[in-house]
Amino acid sequence: MLELTAIETFYGNIQALKGVSLKVAQGEIVTLIGANGAGKSTTLMSISGVVHPRKGSIAFMGEDITASTTERIVSMGITQVPEGRMIFPRLTVRENLLMGAYLRKDKAGIREDEEHAYALFPVLRERRSQMGGTLSGGEQQMLAIGRALMARPKLLLLDEPSLGLAPLVVENIFEIIVQINKDGVTVMLVEQNAQMALQIAHRGYVLETGHVTLEGPGKELLSNPKVRSAYLGLD
Amino acid sequence: MLEQQLVNGFTLGLIYALIAVGYTMVYGVIELINFAHGEIYMLGAFLTLSFISMGLPLPLAVLLAMLAAAAIGVLLDIIAYRPLREAPRLAALITAIGMSIFLQNLAMIIWGSRPMPFPKQALPAFFSEPALTFSDVTISWMQIIIYAVALLLMVGLNLIITRTRVGTAMRALAQNQTAASLMGINVNRVISFTFALGSAMGAMAGIMVSMYYNTMYPTMGYLAGVKAFAAAVLGGIGSVPGAMLGGVVLGIAETLGAGYVSSPYRDGVAYAVMILVIIFRPSGLLGRAVTEKA
Repeated sequence: MLELTAIETFYGNIQALKGVSLKVAQGEIVTLIGANGAGKSTTLMSISGVVHPRKGSIAFMGEDITASTTERIVSMGITQVPEGRMIFPRLTVRENLLMGAYLRKDKAGIREDEEHAYALFPVLRERRSQMGGTLSGGEQQMLAIGRALMARPKLLLLDEPSLGLAPLVVENIFEIIVQINKDGVTVMLVEQNAQMALQIAHRGYVLETGHVTLEGPGKELLSNPKVRSAYLGLD
Repeated sequence: MLEQQLVNGFTLGLIYALIAVGYTMVYGVIELINFAHGEIYMLGAFLTLSFISMGLPLPLAVLLAMLAAAAIGVLLDIIAYRPLREAPRLAALITAIGMSIFLQNLAMIIWGSRPMPFPKQALPAFFSEPALTFSDVTISWMQIIIYAVALLLMVGLNLIITRTRVGTAMRALAQNQTAASLMGINVNRVISFTFALGSAMGAMAGIMVSMYYNTMYPTMGYLAGVKAFAAAVLGGIGSVPGAMLGGVVLGIAETLGAGYVSSPYRDGVAYAVMILVIIFRPSGLLGRAVTEKA
């Protein structure tokens, strides 16, 4: 479904990705783990077209999207829940959700998906006329996920959904990610919480300073001695 | 006397408010003080003059001038500011000052540098007649038209910003550009729309001022632009209702200053009010403090 071939992305003269290749197949949950600065967020931003790789290529559903605009990429079915949630603090919860459906014209479908978001996250219905910035961290994360789903994505990119959240809330968010995947959305999950991410992922990649250094099924990476010592703090 | 000053100050204030919303909206989306905005206001007046001299009726001339000014505003952004979007902010600011000087001089080449009257024959004769008179207060038809047009435009602008899809996108963009583009919002298109909207409002202000004072000149945008910028800061830069309120406060302060202090001090009084507000409320009357919960 998604294929990255040796992409190299720069911020000015600083090279953040030094040839990242990975694949995501339809229906999978794929996770990308790694330390701060490994290039996880840059990989997602490259897929979304917010930054464009200087070398290598990105293909989605057989089409080359390496140089496509974010607008085009979103309309093809890739949406991102960015790191730090980035909800719109001075739009209401409902307006935030509707911004997720910005490129869609089917009013009835949008209405249906708004209901679906409220069903998935009942707290959002209660707070739908409240400003996004007044929500708690966990509620903002739910809003960010709900907003991304409003685009009816084929592939959902999630960047650190557990960041700064209480353990119980993290568990709740991860249950919902699994649920979303069961509903037919392919998921690519970037996490520092490697333990949680590898438990729900079909496959995983380990990223270190701009390179993929390990890959394999989630369960396998969980028991890999290198991953256990470097990312899980075990052994 | 006081009542008459308030009436005149409110008129001037609404004009400042119409210009100020253009500054504040553009600042809201790209954090740029568009110093060439005063020249859009000036071009509104001159374009109307040209359209009238081509034989068009007043309403059509005004409408076309607003549309042309909107197009010039959009072009200004595309040609001068868009290439500098990733550059240090000072570069865009200096470019804005450059565009202001360029447009002033372009107007001098096209229309000459001497003040021109608004073509009287195009205006209905009753415009300058008093519409309402209470004891010693007179409100002219022209003033009533300024009130009506300015209020209508501002209500319309508010509806666009709060109720429409593109207006919501404008607010989203102002709050978080990366997130807005991740929604699939075409950031440049929304910025163009913002310039168009602000420029049309500014042009209308210039058109009405040139009718009200019966004069227009290529440098008229400079002082009006600085005043409206002060109004936007006074109201809280980035806040549209703030710009409207700031404009009215500034217009009334200036007129009262001219009436009760002395008329050479009118600008001084206006700026003094702005400075006082900024000292005691740095974010402006309706502005927000900059820090907020992530």
